[in-house]
Amino acid sequence: MPKLFSGAEIVFKSLEDQKVEHIFGYPGGAVLPIYDELKNHKSIKHILARHEQGAGHAAEGYARSSGKPGVLLVTSGPGATNAVTALADAYMDSVPLVCISGQVPTHLIGTDAFQECDTTGITRPCTKHNWLVKDVNDLADVMHRAFEVATTGRPGPVLVDIPKDIQFKKGTYKFIKNKLFKKLNGKVINKVNLKEIDQCIELIKKSSKPIFYTGGGVINSGPGASTLLREIVSLTGFPITSTLQGLGAYPGDDHQFLGMLGMHGTYEANNAMHDCDLMINIGARFDDRITGKIDEFSPNSKKIHIDIDPSSVGKNVKVDLAVISDVNQFLESLIKKFKEKNKNFFNSNKEKTSKWWSQIEKWRNKKSLNFINSKNTIKPQHAVQRLYELTKNQDTFITTEVGQHQMWAAQHYKFNKPNRWMTSGGLGTMGYGLPAAVGVQVAHPKKLVIDIAGEASVLMTIQEMSTAVQYRLPIKIFILNNEYMGMVRQWQELLHDKNYSESYSEALPDFVKLAEAYGCIGIRASKPSELDEKIEEMINVNKPVIFDCVVDREENCYPMIPSGKPHNQMLLGPQDEKEEVSDEGKALV
Amino acid sequence: MKKSKSAYSEPSKIGKKEHHVIVVWVDNEAGVLARVVGLFSGRGYNIDSLAVAEVDKKKHLSRITIVTIGTPEVIEQIKLQLMKIIPVHKVAEFSRHDPKILFKELALFKVVANSKKQEKAKKICKKFNVIVLDKSKKSFVIQVTALRKEIDKLIDNLKPLGLVSTSRTGAVAMTRGSEIFK
Repeated sequence: MPKLFSGAEIVFKSLEDQKVEHIFGYPGGAVLPIYDELKNHKSIKHILARHEQGAGHAAEGYARSSGKPGVLLVTSGPGATNAVTALADAYMDSVPLVCISGQVPTHLIGTDAFQECDTTGITRPCTKHNWLVKDVNDLADVMHRAFEVATTGRPGPVLVDIPKDIQFKKGTYKFIKNKLFKKLNGKVINKVNLKEIDQCIELIKKSSKPIFYTGGGVINSGPGASTLLREIVSLTGFPITSTLQGLGAYPGDDHQFLGMLGMHGTYEANNAMHDCDLMINIGARFDDRITGKIDEFSPNSKKIHIDIDPSSVGKNVKVDLAVISDVNQFLESLIKKFKEKNKNFFNSNKEKTSKWWSQIEKWRNKKSLNFINSKNTIKPQHAVQRLYELTKNQDTFITTEVGQHQMWAAQHYKFNKPNRWMTSGGLGTMGYGLPAAVGVQVAHPKKLVIDIAGEASVLMTIQEMSTAVQYRLPIKIFILNNEYMGMVRQWQELLHDKNYSESYSEALPDFVKLAEAYGCIGIRASKPSELDEKIEEMINVNKPVIFDCVVDREENCYPMIPSGKPHNQMLLGPQDEKEEVSDEGKALV
Repeated sequence: MKKSKSAYSEPSKIGKKEHHVIVVWVDNEAGVLARVVGLFSGRGYNIDSLAVAEVDKKKHLSRITIVTIGTPEVIEQIKLQLMKIIPVHKVAEFSRHDPKILFKELALFKVVANSKKQEKAKKICKKFNVIVLDKSKKSFVIQVTALRKEIDKLIDNLKPLGLVSTSRTGAVAMTRGSEIFK
């Protein structure tokens, strides 16, 4: 007779076997047996959030900064529905999350019981897979499958819904590694096809106007992929641009790096994408914020697309060569083959791409990220630049909320390592950054973790300051406070005749006093002259800080590709605004 | 159908829409049909008809046959997205007009009419190879197995002759010859 364990014990045994060290959660009626069992498992630390969405984003921050799956534990009904935003966010940005939710006892399912909801039904479209466990003897298997599905192929969130009676019931536990028999993402093995590598090298050799376009897939493939990316970029001498999610895979201060591309990307990156004759997309998905008008997207280029998810290929943009592979594996094979046959490629190819590079330099000289600085008010771009200068000497982790501040952070903070940049790109979740910073700090207790925030976004999950204080997590919330929902205001200014409908926040809290109320440090900077000194003060405090950086209220985020325009028609600054946006353009968000 | 609801791209040149049949083999477990159907509704794909039942009791495998309409790109996306669903084992897809594929739909009709009309109705039915399942003085119930457009035609013909109730399935499909779906 095998030893029997309760469902709650099986949950923890699975977590232990999956080497889980931290879980983020919030207790409630339907998960009490699991919370009761917590005390018997000292290797697992529970971080109590203040809202399940906060727990979810914290688990995301934890996962993205550490490369390990984030684990989240919530109760039934509202506990599960509160976690939905975080699950959807993780689904869009390919973050591995395992969400365990309590459910009402099996005999009450379907009776509209207290705190019942159809959790698997609600989360089905925003998870890779979910399970409702109706037999305790399935639980161990489901738990391990959950981790496997979340972390393999294109990573993403999964959910395991466990009714309360199953948590009490006794069943067997077994852990068999690697028993996944079925392809994930529709392919059995991601073995790189050598023919595809040859074709890829052939295209590289033919090209005179090439560009690497890299994305979050490089980060998700592990730190090794970033190292390999640097190698192939230096071997070829080609320019490289990155999506929002891919920042950090390639050093942001390197000469070959053209900066971020897309709606608020640099002039040189977007023009190079438009005019190139070879685009090598590694781990990016031709998102609409990147491509702009699809019909006029990079019209004259051959396109190579490396992606682990077959459904990403050909979804938005047709490509000439598609390679379904993990980035790391692909780059390994590519570099090996490339080195064999093309010993002195960099030098021999220099002339071929020299015209291309001089064109890029011309675009670069437009200095599209420039802004007019001020002595009287802090410009938000200036604040991010100062923050970067004062923190670049240490290993800093940056999270953001969503909006103008997010774009300024992406433009002006230069990342040199992968997993240092956590932002909600796909779903665009305001309120992501603060709880994500909590999760990052849990994973990296000794590192400097800063949430570059907007005052509107941060108020959506401000309650998680309480979590930071409870666990002594010295996160820094650097708020670029312009009293507006800045990106909404910017669009209203440019597209809706300056009708600032509901985008001004009337009664904002005093963030310094708010910080004090939470038991952390509040700092305010409102003049450019005091900015550096105040930032230093923030960095040197070993406590959570809310930094209220009072910035210019009406600064817009440039450069910008307006709605419905192709890459080579960017607005560089206020002087470009005169051109009317067509009604068609206005209809697109 | 809009190809993309994405905020920023305008609907680009829309390719020719065609009827396609998609056959999906899935684990027969709770919620699997919802996953497949939810994918269609969530991503804005069409379902013209749907047929599903367990085909292997031992392995708990079900076979879902979906008739859909879309451009070649959309059909390709449907296939790839279906493959990502964890309980999906295999996906086959082919054009509705592929001569190598057999299709059948089944329908049940109830006709309530006087004997004169009944006679007329039965005459029409002869062309369609129907089976009479139930008979009474005032009515009869028939079964027909045919292509969609044939069944549509039969419905049109029977309507003036006392057709009161129609029940029909989605299409099921099978390859001709010794080949099977890969």
